[in-house]
Amino acid sequence: HCSPSARPRSSSRAMSEEDEDQAGAPPKRPRAASPPPPPPPPPPDQVLDNVLETVLQFLRAPGDRGAASLVCRSWHRAESATRASVAVRNILAASPARAARRFPNAHHILLKGRPRFADFNLLPPGWAASAFRPWAAALAAAAFPALRSLSLKRITVTDDDLDLLARSLPPSFRELSLLLCDGFSSRGLASLASHCRGLRVLDVVDCELNEEEDDEVSDWVAAFPRGHTDLESLSFECFTPQVPFAALEALVARSPRLRRLRVNQHVSLGQLRRLMALTPRLTHLGTGSFRPGDGAEDEGLDFGQMLTAFAAAGRANSLVSLSGFRDLAPEYLPTIATVAANLTSMDLSYAPVNPDQVLLFIGQCRSLETLWVLDSVRDEGLQAVAMCCKKLQVLRVLPLDAHEDADELVSEVGLTAISEGCRDLRSILYFCQRMTNAAVISMSHNCPELKVFRLCIMGRHRPDHVTGEPMDEGFGAIVRNCSKLTRLSTSGHLTDRAFEYIGNYGSSLRTLSVAFAGDSDLALQHILQGCSKLEKLEIRDCPFGDAGLLSGMHHFYNMRFVWMSGCSLTLQGCQEVARQLPRMVVELINSQPEIEKTDGVDILYMYRSLEGPREDVPPFVKIL
Amino acid sequence: MAGADVDVGTELRLGLPGGGAEAAKAGKRGYEDTIDLKLTLPTGGMQEDSAGKPEPAADKAKRPAEAAAADPEKPPAPKAQAVGWPPVRSYRRNAMTVQSVKIKKEEETEKQQPAGAAAGANGSNFVKVSMDGAPYLRKVDLKMYNTYKDLSIALQKMFSTFTATGNEGKMVEAVNGSDVVTTYEDKDGDWMLVGDVPWEMFVASCKRLRIMKGSEAIGLAPRAKDKYKNKS
Repeated sequence: HCSPSARPRSSSRAMSEEDEDQAGAPPKRPRAASPPPPPPPPPPDQVLDNVLETVLQFLRAPGDRGAASLVCRSWHRAESATRASVAVRNILAASPARAARRFPNAHHILLKGRPRFADFNLLPPGWAASAFRPWAAALAAAAFPALRSLSLKRITVTDDDLDLLARSLPPSFRELSLLLCDGFSSRGLASLASHCRGLRVLDVVDCELNEEEDDEVSDWVAAFPRGHTDLESLSFECFTPQVPFAALEALVARSPRLRRLRVNQHVSLGQLRRLMALTPRLTHLGTGSFRPGDGAEDEGLDFGQMLTAFAAAGRANSLVSLSGFRDLAPEYLPTIATVAANLTSMDLSYAPVNPDQVLLFIGQCRSLETLWVLDSVRDEGLQAVAMCCKKLQVLRVLPLDAHEDADELVSEVGLTAISEGCRDLRSILYFCQRMTNAAVISMSHNCPELKVFRLCIMGRHRPDHVTGEPMDEGFGAIVRNCSKLTRLSTSGHLTDRAFEYIGNYGSSLRTLSVAFAGDSDLALQHILQGCSKLEKLEIRDCPFGDAGLLSGMHHFYNMRFVWMSGCSLTLQGCQEVARQLPRMVVELINSQPEIEKTDGVDILYMYRSLEGPREDVPPFVKIL
Repeated sequence: MAGADVDVGTELRLGLPGGGAEAAKAGKRGYEDTIDLKLTLPTGGMQEDSAGKPEPAADKAKRPAEAAAADPEKPPAPKAQAVGWPPVRSYRRNAMTVQSVKIKKEEETEKQQPAGAAAGANGSNFVKVSMDGAPYLRKVDLKMYNTYKDLSIALQKMFSTFTATGNEGKMVEAVNGSDVVTTYEDKDGDWMLVGDVPWEMFVASCKRLRIMKGSEAIGLAPRAKDKYKNKS
């Protein structure tokens, strides 16, 4: 028998952040005290173990697997032996050796590194620069001999790491996904291309590659082996240098299985047309610049040709996802209308599309489930989305100009329209300058399926702009009425009352992000004592001190991490936590190392770990 | 040679956290008749905001405006921003900065030529920008901008993330408030102060930009003067 891969295949993995966190017990949890030694067990019933293993293979959801592993020792053994998809959601929490001992048959490994607030420059670079090294070494030493697929998120990976992996991973290795990673360059990609035979998926998404001089950039696309490749997915939208088009075209031409192709902003519209002609059965297309270029491929390019190209893709009925548009030439935008009816996912978040331009294609987007746009679409554009995209589940409205004093482009009008039109909404991220409680309350009633509600009113401490009141009632309504809510991000002027609501009603919340909010420690107490399922807590610039922190002592071992920066914590308070919770790694981080800080805690980042405090600690980090 | 049309008002300051308009004035300005192009970067707002007291946005906007009032010819200093707020990744911020400048340009072109579609800039002129102390290089497309002012706004936004965070302690001494200046390498390989020459000439000859400590830039100005004096 062969065990099926337990990893769910999401149609656009880069955009499924909302779905990745699964409920239930984590794979590993430090025990507070070891159980008493059991009496000598009866001889194992071999038949029963085999049956157990066979049955458990059908258990896919991480939550279910975690629960099964806690039933008894033989279930724990059977589950560990059959777990195909291993997620280490904090690579500092468990060593590769430990993971390999417990899950020797892993087919897919997911590793996550930095906390999310590092994306916004709150964490100095080099915080955990060598955290991946032991994993790279373990993977290279065949610690997971059945490994097929590796996903890394927010991890610093060097070219040497990639080279080591490329040369040493087992021949069964097929898929590598790097999301929000950094530390590598084209050289690492070239190693992967040339040495990883049978590579099917190479997705480099939202990564910050090391800058290279023009003459140093490796032509990694040409480094793929001659002859047919097994590539099914190739994604390099974040790759900043230009990729020689001839090599890219040749690679695509000899990759008959290619279904997902996402190119970077240097690929012109004419070049895109050539690539589309070679890949008639694409499901996911990242369109690059979406603007005609100066090269030979763009000579004579006109609207009609692009329309034909997309019409052909439309007839094949396979294209479900469009992204890219990194330098959109708006006169070509209507060409996508021919494929729009079949699209379930569209990422226009790099294209400053205005309301008139939205109207050119949105009417066709009846099947759209995921949409990322800029606030340049304005309330009118969102009203059009609300009218046309009845199946919408995930919406992100990102700011064209991410500043507190930027022009107001979307408001409560757009949010209300979406809530009235898209009743099936599961997840929303909405940046705006002004908001009202009424609109948020309205969304809480209209969208009962909401699992993720992230509202970012860009001006700090902004109240309801109509009533002048704090945004307490709005967020209160969300936690009260959206019973499936697992992730919440707050903004605007919030008093302790908002957190009282969150504590009282947020019983299913797993992730909470709070910024520039609250009046006192009471708010933090409400959160920590009320949200019993809370796993990830990110707080910045709130007036919370030691009393608030210490009120969560009973719960911290159940959490993945706590981040508190710019608050009023003291060394004593953090030491108290470290003292009472020995399995907690309590890191105090100085975000501005060049300025000596003697009083107060700048950043507290604490997480449970089976390995104890890490050894490579930069000078601006103090582990208690 | 066409008269140096560069508006005196394009003088901008690169003030590191702690450095304000006053510190910049006290900084190195050895050559009165060259334009010192200095970039003002927003001061890190973290210390101010850690008290977390609710404060109407209007009051916040007043504070930096007062600081800039001393020199009305300079572009208004950006409102004191908090690090990493709003929570948007720097890659996206930079990509959007380039886009929004382009849109403004296209809107202006459209107003002048209602019949023709705004085709956008023909070609581009990406040059590398390095800032001493920042962990990696950036690139800007000089064709996106019409004046030194536009360029400096873009560079401010691009590098604002570096001034307030750590960068492994390699950052220039912020506490001294010492100036940094923007320099560029021209076609001949010489390093010149940005702002010396008319904008079009600068775009045509600039190969890369470097934001460096004011003290290191002191020797550059005379070459610029002499070089272009002889050519005219």
